[in-house]
Amino acid sequence: MEKGRAGLGWGFDRAGRGLMPGTSAITDIEQLKDHPAVVRLLASSSVVIEGAKFDREEMSIYVNRASIRDACVQLRDDPACPFNYLSDVTCVDWYPQEPRFEVIYHLLSISQKERVRIKVRLSGSSPSLESVTSIWPSANYFEREVYDLFGVRFDGHPYLRRMLMPENWDGHPLRKDYPVEGYR
Amino acid sequence: MAHLSAMPTMEAGQDRTMILNMGPQHPSTHGVLRVILEIDGENVVRIMPDIGYLHTGIEKTCEAKFYQQVVPLTDRIDYLCPLTNNLCYVLAVEKLLGLEIPPKAQWIRVLLNELTRINSHLVWLGTHALDIGAMSVFLYCFREREDILRLFEMVSGQRMMTSYFRIGGLALEPPLGFFDKARDFVQRFPSKVDEYENLLTGNPIWGMRTKGVARITAEDAIALGASGPTLRGSGVDFDLRRDMPYSGYENFKFKVPVSQEGDVFARYMCRVQELRESNAIAQQALDGMPEGPIKADAPKVVLPDREKMKTQMESLIYHFKIITEGFAVPEGEVYQAVESPRGEMGYYVVSDGTAKPYRVHMRAACLANLQLLPAMCEGRLIADVVAAIGSVDIVLGEIDR
Repeated sequence: MEKGRAGLGWGFDRAGRGLMPGTSAITDIEQLKDHPAVVRLLASSSVVIEGAKFDREEMSIYVNRASIRDACVQLRDDPACPFNYLSDVTCVDWYPQEPRFEVIYHLLSISQKERVRIKVRLSGSSPSLESVTSIWPSANYFEREVYDLFGVRFDGHPYLRRMLMPENWDGHPLRKDYPVEGYR
Repeated sequence: MAHLSAMPTMEAGQDRTMILNMGPQHPSTHGVLRVILEIDGENVVRIMPDIGYLHTGIEKTCEAKFYQQVVPLTDRIDYLCPLTNNLCYVLAVEKLLGLEIPPKAQWIRVLLNELTRINSHLVWLGTHALDIGAMSVFLYCFREREDILRLFEMVSGQRMMTSYFRIGGLALEPPLGFFDKARDFVQRFPSKVDEYENLLTGNPIWGMRTKGVARITAEDAIALGASGPTLRGSGVDFDLRRDMPYSGYENFKFKVPVSQEGDVFARYMCRVQELRESNAIAQQALDGMPEGPIKADAPKVVLPDREKMKTQMESLIYHFKIITEGFAVPEGEVYQAVESPRGEMGYYVVSDGTAKPYRVHMRAACLANLQLLPAMCEGRLIADVVAAIGSVDIVLGEIDR
């Protein structure tokens, strides 16, 4: 791809020493039913789960774009393990693949000391999804940042304007088709 | 919770009110924060922080660097606690690689992290007191901060931009005499905290400026994403070092200071007690310092010792490979959170299997904490805004990245 990117050829087969044997990620949702977030979302009728992954001690759940709000409400109001704290919202651009964007929510349960990652896949043309600001007001700045740097729109956000870049800026810098050194 | 999510547009005030800019060059905004205030006389009707003046695109830059080249960038995010950022990033990459770090390296990391916390809290205490009008505290705080910066200079050669932690361990063995100097500081420090407390805690003027000011409830603090001392000042007993330990923190005994009131004074008390607790952790780290290597045994990831590089062919090859090509990191993603002096510092690192990170995202504690400002200040006096900004302890480098 780019100059300087080391290929996988010089990889980990020979490196051996010091590296722990890699455990592959579990993606079978049947095996992941111990996790409180999976239990809760599977029990809910309004949430469509598209997949789950348990990798490096971290749980990720893919939900359908339309059910993100429901998923968040379900997890926040779970009596057994309330994910009452939104740590972070961010995005990854998988350009040129489709669906291009992944919006990622990191949730934390302060009482149960448990984390979960919720992911939503979005297509590249006019990506948008529902805002979660009414569930966690803290999403306000996080979503504005994602909008500013990736151009993902959050419907229902009370004040969706650029935050880090100037108001009149062209483009969204963290997209992969935006050059690192900017346009000159 | 409606009052929390309403974001004002600042185009037109009512007849009675006026719009006032505080910053971006205001001394009490700790960097380049601009706060737009709508005021009615001395009373704040609405308040809106405006950020982005320090945005340098660090997250974008990371995507163009090798994994090991990102470490110096992390210093520049939060320039008051560079080592905490170093730690958070290297922990995330080590988790991706599945590297095991030798105990001595972990202990030194904990020691330096707690010194960093003390350093950061000293700058906060000095400037916060200065904002509110207690001039002399600043001089006392910077006296001790200087000692800590000298310790950082000893281990890393730099006072502020340390970049001392590396993926797989530490850059170098600490120099001779470092542990003695650190022990000397740790023994002296508790009496210095007494000095600061003598100046402030019982001081009636300090009490009037801070008690009952910029109050925030535990519920609001959680809903708005507050973390660190800002959250604990509102009575939420949560500290990542104790509750979700990393880098060997489970081996240390310490108390987590919590205050119930949720005002500026409560946050002040939390941080001052944390100074003592951090000092106690540093003491334990020095006393229990294990022997052994300071780097993981992973030749394809960790640079070889200088000596070996000059005498062994294999080490020379690894050195050349790491410097010119980097090292490939297995595909995957990791969110690593640590307790920075300001709260939950999180690094989300995504790897696509190559030698450069596909995405590095920093969860800045200050960015979330800054959202508390409207809830804290609306309906209060302008002078309280200064106290509130100080009590949240913001670093604009981290907010804007």
